Amino acid sequence: MTETKGRVVGVNGNMVTVAFDGLVTMNEVAYVVVGEKKLKSEVIRIRGNLADLQVFEITRGIGVNDPVEFTGELLSVRLGPGLLQQIYDGLQNPLPELAEKCGFFLERGVYLSPLSEKKTWAFTPTVKVGDVVQRGDAVGTVPEGIFKHRIMVPFSFLDTYTVKSILPSGDYRITDTVAELVDSKGNIHPITMSFEWPVKRPITAYAERLRPDKPMVTKIRIIDTFIPVALGGTYCIPGPFGAGKTVLQQVTSRNAEVDIVIIAACGERAGEVVDTLKEFPLLIDPRTGRTLMERTVIICNTSSMPVAARESSVYTAVTIAEYYRQMGLHVLLLADSTSRWAQAMREMSGRLEEIPGEEAFPAYLESVIASFYERAGIVRLRDGSIGSVTIGGTVSPAGGNFEEPVTQATLKVVGAFHGLSRERSDARKYPAIHPLESWSKYKGSVNKEMTEYGRDILFRGNDVAQMMKVVGEEGTSLEDYIVYLKSEFLDDVYLQQDSFDPVDAAVSTERQQYVYNLIFDVLSTIFNLESKEEARKYFNQLRQKFRDWNGTEWESEEFAGKEKEIRTLIAEKKKGTEELALEILKKVSGS
Amino acid sequence: MRKVYSKIESIAGNVITVSAEGVRYGELAEVSSRHGKSLAEVIRLKEDKVSLQVFAGSRGISTGDEVRFLGHPMRVSFSDNLLGRIFDGSGRPRDGGTELVENLIEIGGPSVNPAKRIIPRKMVRTGIPMIDLFNSLVESQKLPIFSVSGEPYNPLLARIAMQAEVDIIILGGMGLKYDDYLFFKDTLEQGGALSRSIFFVHTASDPIVECLLVPDISLAVAERFALKGKRVLVLLTDMTNFADALKEIAITMEQVPSNRGYPGDLYSQLAARYEKAVDFEGAGSITILGVTTMPGDDVTHPIPDNTGYITEGQYYLRNGRIEPFGSLSRLKQMVNKDTRADHRALMDAMIKLYAAYKESLEKKSMGFRMSEWDNKLLKYGAIFEKEMMDLSVNIPLEQALDNGWRILAECFTKEETGLRSDLIAKFWPVK
Repeated sequence: MTETKGRVVGVNGNMVTVAFDGLVTMNEVAYVVVGEKKLKSEVIRIRGNLADLQVFEITRGIGVNDPVEFTGELLSVRLGPGLLQQIYDGLQNPLPELAEKCGFFLERGVYLSPLSEKKTWAFTPTVKVGDVVQRGDAVGTVPEGIFKHRIMVPFSFLDTYTVKSILPSGDYRITDTVAELVDSKGNIHPITMSFEWPVKRPITAYAERLRPDKPMVTKIRIIDTFIPVALGGTYCIPGPFGAGKTVLQQVTSRNAEVDIVIIAACGERAGEVVDTLKEFPLLIDPRTGRTLMERTVIICNTSSMPVAARESSVYTAVTIAEYYRQMGLHVLLLADSTSRWAQAMREMSGRLEEIPGEEAFPAYLESVIASFYERAGIVRLRDGSIGSVTIGGTVSPAGGNFEEPVTQATLKVVGAFHGLSRERSDARKYPAIHPLESWSKYKGSVNKEMTEYGRDILFRGNDVAQMMKVVGEEGTSLEDYIVYLKSEFLDDVYLQQDSFDPVDAAVSTERQQYVYNLIFDVLSTIFNLESKEEARKYFNQLRQKFRDWNGTEWESEEFAGKEKEIRTLIAEKKKGTEELALEILKKVSGS
Repeated sequence: MRKVYSKIESIAGNVITVSAEGVRYGELAEVSSRHGKSLAEVIRLKEDKVSLQVFAGSRGISTGDEVRFLGHPMRVSFSDNLLGRIFDGSGRPRDGGTELVENLIEIGGPSVNPAKRIIPRKMVRTGIPMIDLFNSLVESQKLPIFSVSGEPYNPLLARIAMQAEVDIIILGGMGLKYDDYLFFKDTLEQGGALSRSIFFVHTASDPIVECLLVPDISLAVAERFALKGKRVLVLLTDMTNFADALKEIAITMEQVPSNRGYPGDLYSQLAARYEKAVDFEGAGSITILGVTTMPGDDVTHPIPDNTGYITEGQYYLRNGRIEPFGSLSRLKQMVNKDTRADHRALMDAMIKLYAAYKESLEKKSMGFRMSEWDNKLLKYGAIFEKEMMDLSVNIPLEQALDNGWRILAECFTKEETGLRSDLIAKFWPVK
């Protein structure tokens, strides 16, 4: 707490105006004292001796002249072992512990320690007395689930330090001093296993930032094959309500091939978080044999929780993500939904009576969104290991119209765009990612030329479909009609995926490559089909067999059996192969 | 004894300002004017200036009228005595009965800790195939009916209320036409459900501020009953009136409007209400069924748009039928896996085919020749609309599923349905 004294002079929604004497820092944390309760708030504007605070709680009951305490500290999160498996609110309050203490409802003004101070961790030192260390360097490790959690020199230590003392291996609590460091001026700094870091400052204690070029496997065919995401990259999923943004995020959080997943449920439905909350502890991650919860952190500030904390929740999430990146881990941050976060900014901006920009969003919207996504990235740490933070954010555009400010600001900064379409979700084509409008700047795991060939079929098929609406089926040539059927086929059996089917829900890279080869064969085959009626029937059969194939276990007997059936069916009507496809195949086998 | 202030400094819209001390944000006051007493709520504090929103409206309030602060926020009485009663938006009896004053509870309380929520798992059966089969309603779900004015949304709401197996029905009426209010009352009375119902009704002629209180008051009461282990169904009709009331107040308060005049916090305001839907572990539940009339049948209008992002799906009511496109129950996956093995697959297949039917219909209307496939689809579409979509159909889910298979078999061959072979082997009707 600082010396500064403040008193409330005005209340308007969740904004409180405070008259103060002394020093006040922009964005510092302050507490409004209401009776027995202290309500956490953040200074968001200072004018003369008046400070405007956004209160992270319900403001009911605050009165003029209530005292305000200033802390002098920026809004921070506590970093240390024990973050994994936690369920926090936007201010890093652990929700299950809060429930134990307060029951069904979120009582305001109750702040609990985000990390257990009683639990002990098996510490192993990695430095010895006399070693020279910098911020972000490990002084030891503790096992946290399957990971080696590095105990690091706090990121706010900007000097070079010599280790003066270090504890031997043993069980310690996060508040115990594990090492003492001496800076260049001879001052001694004790360090513990945890420290705080302000959420709005990126953590940059790495050697170099690299170009994201390795794919992040989501096991969703349309994404991995056609519009891939890279480790350390960014992508956004805009879509109207009901198009399946959240299901897509949930499926990704389960199946993505990364070390750690951080879910920021920001201003969305509480029910959706509950699914994750209750199911993850039971689901086994096939890669590690441990439950999914052991690699997950949930930051949950749902739509009915106070708006100001919603604004900070995405920062809390990204800070924890960056912290684990410093350990050489690959972290995926899923933010659902960034529009709600932008709306929280808009509400506050309105209360501050700032001059509104487009749709009343503040003028700084774009720069704030850009700097958030820029916190993603793949980095090389000083010890040579590679870590990454990948950010995937959903956007909920008003009216499903992608022209609105949040979508546009996001599209400027992300590396991949997975646009969901109402048309496709209405037709129950899931995932409802629009294959023609979406794009990605990253490299995928299937050969680019082969996927481009597929995309071309989709475009042409779409053209034919449009034309057919005007001239009818009878006005379409058989050749065009087959292109149309091929595009429908690709859509039906490859782009669409049943996320509720145990096998089809997650498709490995190997299987995608394997299956796409056969798909490519179908797409590039010149078929011996006489009439549209025959063609339609033939493709119906093919679709049926492929769909059944999708439901069989990879490399099982059934899988091989179905595959054989399909190959026979193709061979029956095969007349030849398109020129272009042969060239591509030659190149692929040659490389 | 709290101080009485008798100098109102400004009156704008329904908001009055007085100079007062020791007032707390959200506190209630009583304004006495020539036309009677009204409650008012503190909505802004600035030094000693207190802005209050007068529930009965500011019409007829004089600058010399008395304002007495009550020292507590808005409250409502809660007990079993509420059952069978009818109140207005501020909780005063509308049925001529006695005013209830015991066991007062605050309205608009804090939200439920997400860690204490449980996964919804109980289906609410309605006997309407478009709901049970295609978009099952689930206990603790929040779901609006999107409709244009003039559609029979209130009869639909009343019918679901009557058939759903719940302990208590709470009707929150906002800007309700008096006839509609009487309709609800009569329907529930005839069905013998009035004794387990509570009405909080704001009619179109009541002061606009009271409209804002209806959801909060209804949900506060619902929450208490749910905590006592009751399964509560809350009907909110029509949330568009609620949002319009919000807009009206926001504009009077000179807030910067965000989209078509609506305040920037419309989403949060709506969410704060809808998110009260919950299934308490070890206690009861709240299910919310709302009505959102879409101005100009425009789903991108801010009210339906924001609502859609909050609620767990929506039912589109159009031409007296629940439209299969756009209608969605997000929680159906939680329950339709346990009903019957064919439920999900059949649901998807039938909708896909219905979508194809719509395309054929379009082609037909443009004068194209119909292929054999088109003709099959046209036949299917007609039967589907008659046997599945018509709201007068009232059958249990299992029968609806059987009917579905029968319809498919009448119109298509097995491969044409796109269903998986194992399901076809098991359920395809043998002639």
